[in-house]
Amino acid sequence: MTSAPLLRVRDLGVDFSTSQGVVQAVSGVSFDVRAGECLAVVGESGSGKTQVLLACLGLLASNGTARGSALFADRELIGAGERSLNAVRGTGIGLLTQDPLSSLTPHLRIETLLTEGLLDRGLATRAAARERALQALRDVEIADPESRLRQYPHELSGGMRQRVALAAALMCGPQLLFADEPTTALDVSVQARVLELLALVRSRGVGMLLVTHDLGVVAGLADRVAVMYSGRIVETATTDELFRAPKHPYTAALLAAVPRLHGVAQSRLVGIAGDPPQPSARPPGCAFAPRCGRAVDRCSDSRPELTASAEVSPLTTAQGDSMDGRAWPITAVACHRPLQDRAEIA
Amino acid sequence: MLRYALGRLLGIVPTLLVIVTAAFFVMRLAPGGPFDEEQAIPPEIEANLQAAYGLDQPVLVQYGRYLQGLAHGDLGPSFKYKDYRVSELIARGLPVTLTVGTLALLLALALGVPLGLAAALRHDTALDHAVMTVALAGIAIPGFVLAPVLALFFGVKLDWLPVAGWEPGSVQHMVLPVVTLALPFVAYIARLTRGSLLEVLQAPYLRAARAKGLDRNALIRRHALKPTLLPVVSFLGPAAAALLTGSLVVEQVFGLPGVGRYFVQGAINRDYTLVMGMVIFYAALILLLNLAVDLLYGWLDPRIRHG
Amino acid sequence: MVEVAPADARRQGLWGDAWQRLKRSRAAIVAASLLLLVCALALVGPWLSPYTVEQVDWTQATLATPPSLAHGHWFGTDANGRDLFARVWVGARVSLLVALLATIVSVVIGVAWGATAGYLGGRVDGWMMRFVDVLYALPYMFFVIILTVVFGRSLVLIFLAIGAVGWLTMARIVRGQALALRSREFVEAAIALGLPPATIIARHIVPNVLGTVIVYATLTVPQVILFESFLSFLGLGVQEPLTSLGRLVAEGALEMESSPWLLLVPSTVLAIVLLCLNFLGDGLRDALDPRQRR
Repeated sequence: MTSAPLLRVRDLGVDFSTSQGVVQAVSGVSFDVRAGECLAVVGESGSGKTQVLLACLGLLASNGTARGSALFADRELIGAGERSLNAVRGTGIGLLTQDPLSSLTPHLRIETLLTEGLLDRGLATRAAARERALQALRDVEIADPESRLRQYPHELSGGMRQRVALAAALMCGPQLLFADEPTTALDVSVQARVLELLALVRSRGVGMLLVTHDLGVVAGLADRVAVMYSGRIVETATTDELFRAPKHPYTAALLAAVPRLHGVAQSRLVGIAGDPPQPSARPPGCAFAPRCGRAVDRCSDSRPELTASAEVSPLTTAQGDSMDGRAWPITAVACHRPLQDRAEIA
Repeated sequence: MLRYALGRLLGIVPTLLVIVTAAFFVMRLAPGGPFDEEQAIPPEIEANLQAAYGLDQPVLVQYGRYLQGLAHGDLGPSFKYKDYRVSELIARGLPVTLTVGTLALLLALALGVPLGLAAALRHDTALDHAVMTVALAGIAIPGFVLAPVLALFFGVKLDWLPVAGWEPGSVQHMVLPVVTLALPFVAYIARLTRGSLLEVLQAPYLRAARAKGLDRNALIRRHALKPTLLPVVSFLGPAAAALLTGSLVVEQVFGLPGVGRYFVQGAINRDYTLVMGMVIFYAALILLLNLAVDLLYGWLDPRIRHG
Repeated sequence: MVEVAPADARRQGLWGDAWQRLKRSRAAIVAASLLLLVCALALVGPWLSPYTVEQVDWTQATLATPPSLAHGHWFGTDANGRDLFARVWVGARVSLLVALLATIVSVVIGVAWGATAGYLGGRVDGWMMRFVDVLYALPYMFFVIILTVVFGRSLVLIFLAIGAVGWLTMARIVRGQALALRSREFVEAAIALGLPPATIIARHIVPNVLGTVIVYATLTVPQVILFESFLSFLGLGVQEPLTSLGRLVAEGALEMESSPWLLLVPSTVLAIVLLCLNFLGDGLRDALDPRQRR
C-alpha cells in the first residue's frame, strides 16, 4: 500500500438545485483508491454514495453540481470539460451500474455495445475489436460468445446482462472500475457469480470503487470501507477492522442489522429505528444523533469531524490533509462518542 | 416478419367489416331518404329512382349487394353526383389528396424532427424557447385559421403564389396547401421530439454510454436517436388520420379537387353512399397506415420486433 | 413514488397538496384567470354592447365597419352590419357550452367504460379495449360528420356526437388506473364484504381516478372546441341564427381581404381559449398526476 493513489478525492460535495432550494446531497467526502485496491462505500439508499461516483465521472443529473477535487492520475475531474472527461471515461475509469437491463441501450446489439468505445477512439479495427469483444465475453464466462454478439440486451438473462455490462465497462482497459450496486438488481444465485467475476477483475490489478448497501458484498470484496450517512463519511477503516470493531454507532447498527445468512440482499435496514434525515432538513449536529442510542446533548449541537483514530499514526483530519502526497487516514471516525471496543456494541 | 405482416393485413378485414356494417345500418336508420330535398317528385319517379338504386329491396338484400360490390372495389353509385360511382370520385380525388398529404407529412417530419432535436440538445436556450413558442402557436392556431391567413398574405398581399386551384404537377399550386397542412404538424412533431429526446437523455443507458467516454455526436446518433423517434413514429398513425381531417379544410380553402372536398360536399348534400364510401375508404387507408407504422416501430425497437 | 391513498382516507391531503402545487404554477393561474374572464364575457358580454346580436346598424357608412370606440362597435361590425363584439361573445358562449356538454358526455362514457373494463379485467377487458383500439385507429372527425349527416345539424346533436366519439382516451387512462386499483387492499376488502361490482366501481374505483379524470377532461375541452369550430368552419356545425367561434372565423375568412378584423377578432379569442385550456390542463396534470409526485 505504498503506491500513490490512483484516485484521490478531497472534500467532494454534490449539490442539487431543486424547487425547494439547493440540497446538499454529499459534502466533505475524501478518500483515496490505490491501484489494485478495492474501496467500498457503504450506506443506505439516499446517503449520497452513488452521487460520489457520478460526480467523479461528470455524470451528475443536469441540476447537480460538484465541488471539491477528484484527481485521477493527476487529472482533475471535478469541473473538467466533456472532452477531458471523455479521455478518462471508459479508458481510465469504467462504470458498472446497478440495473443491467436499463443500462444497456436496448436497440443496440451486444457487439456494438462492446466495441463502440474501441472503434470510436480508433483503438482497433473492426475485426480486432470483434476479437477483443469475444475475448471479453469469454472472460466474463459467457458461453457461445459468437452468437451473443448478434443479440440484443433483452434477449439475455439478467445475470448475463450484468456480465455483459461488466465486459463493456472493461473493454477499453480501465485502471479503475466504479461498481454501483453491481449485484442489487440480481437474483441471489447470480449475485455470487458476479461477485466472483469482480474478484477476478480485482486480482488482475484493476482498482475498484464499490458502492453498495450490502455488507456481505463488502466483506467478500473490499480492502477498505468508507461508511456514508446522510451525505458524509462517518467512518473509514480496513474491512477487517470495521467488521471486528466498528467505531461509529451507525456502523455498529448496520452490522447488527445484517442477517446471519451471508449474502442476502438487504433493501432496508430493519435494525435501526427511524429514517435518515432529509438532505434539506439535517440537524445542526451529527446527522445520526436522532437515531443514536449513545447520543448526548453535544451530538445534536455540533457536528463531529472525521478524525483519525488514536491507534493509527497521527494523520490529520479532512481539513489538515493537503495534496502533499500523504495517504488518507485508513482508520477514522466522525463521532463524539465512538465505540471503544467490541464489548460496547450491545 | 412477412408472416406477421400478412397476419396483421388479414386482421384488418374483420375490423373493416364491422365498420362497413355499422356505417351501412346507421345510414339506413337515418330519418328521411336521399331524395327528400328534390322538390315534389312524383311518386312514380321516386319509385323509379328507388328501384334504380336498389332501395326498394329489403335492407338485408341491399346490405348483401353492397358487400358484394365492395369485394370488387365498388362503393355504389353517388346519389348526388349523378352518373358517377363513388369509387370513381375517390379515384379522381385521391392523387391530389395523397400528393398534398404525403408532401405535408414529409415536410412536417423534415422540419419538426430536427427542430425538436436541436431544441432538446440546447435545452433552455433561446433556440429552445423559440421552438417551444412556435409549438404553442401550433396548438392555438388551428389549420382553418392558418389557411385563410396564409392565402391572404402570400396569395393576395404578396401575390407570390396562386390563392387557389390545382394544376397537376404545378409546384406553385402545391406550396400553400402543403405548407398550411404541414405547419400544425411541424409544431407538434417538434414538441414531441424535444420532449422525447429530453427524456431519453435522462435514461440510465445513456448515462452508461456517456460513462464509456463516447463523443457527443456518437452518443446522440447511436444511443439516443432511435428511442427518441419512437413516439414520433407512433404519432404517424394518428398523424395520418389528422392529416386527412386537415385536408378537408385545406381542400376547401384552396379549392383543391381532392377526396376531402367530395366528402364535405357529400356530407352537406346528405349524399349517403358517397359519405359511406368515403368513410370505408378512409378507414381502410388508416388501418393500412397504422399497420405500416407498427412494422416501422418494430424496426426501431428490437424488443417488440415480430418474429 | 408515493402511492395514491384511498380517496376517503387522504382526500384532504391529496387535494390540498394539488391545490398548493397548482397555485405555484404561474402559467396555470394566469390561464385560469383569463379563462374566467372569457367565460364571464361570454355570459354577460353581449349585454355590455350597445347593440344586440341580431341588430343591423344602418347608421354607418358601410355595413362592415372597422373597430372603433367612437360608434360603440368595439370590435367593428360584420358584413351584415351586425355588432361583432356582441356576436363574438355569443359565439364564445356557444363554443364553450358545446365543449362543456360534450366533455361531460365523453367523461361519463369514458369513465364508465374504462372503470368497468379495468375492474372486471380478463376477457371482458380484452374485448372492451379492443373495441376502443378499433375506434381509436379511425379519425373520429369522420364519425362526427356521419352523425351530422344522419341526424341533421342541431346543436344538441353536435355535442352528443362529439362527446360520443371523444371518450376513447379517457377510457384508456381510467382503465389503466382501475386495473392498478383492483388489486389494492381497500378494493379487495370491498370484494370480501360481498359488494356488487357496480357498487365497488362507483364507490371505490371512480373516486380514486377523479384526479386524472379532471386533468384529461380539461385537456378534452380545447379539443372539443377545436372540433366544433372545425365543423362550423366546414359548414357542418352550428347553423344560423346561432353562431360560434368557428363559424365566425369561417365568415371572417370570406371577408378577410376587405375586413380583416372579422377574421382576426374571433381567431384571437379562439386562440386564447385554446392556449389557456392547454396551460391549465398541463398545470393540473403536474398538480394532480401521481406519476409526477416526488
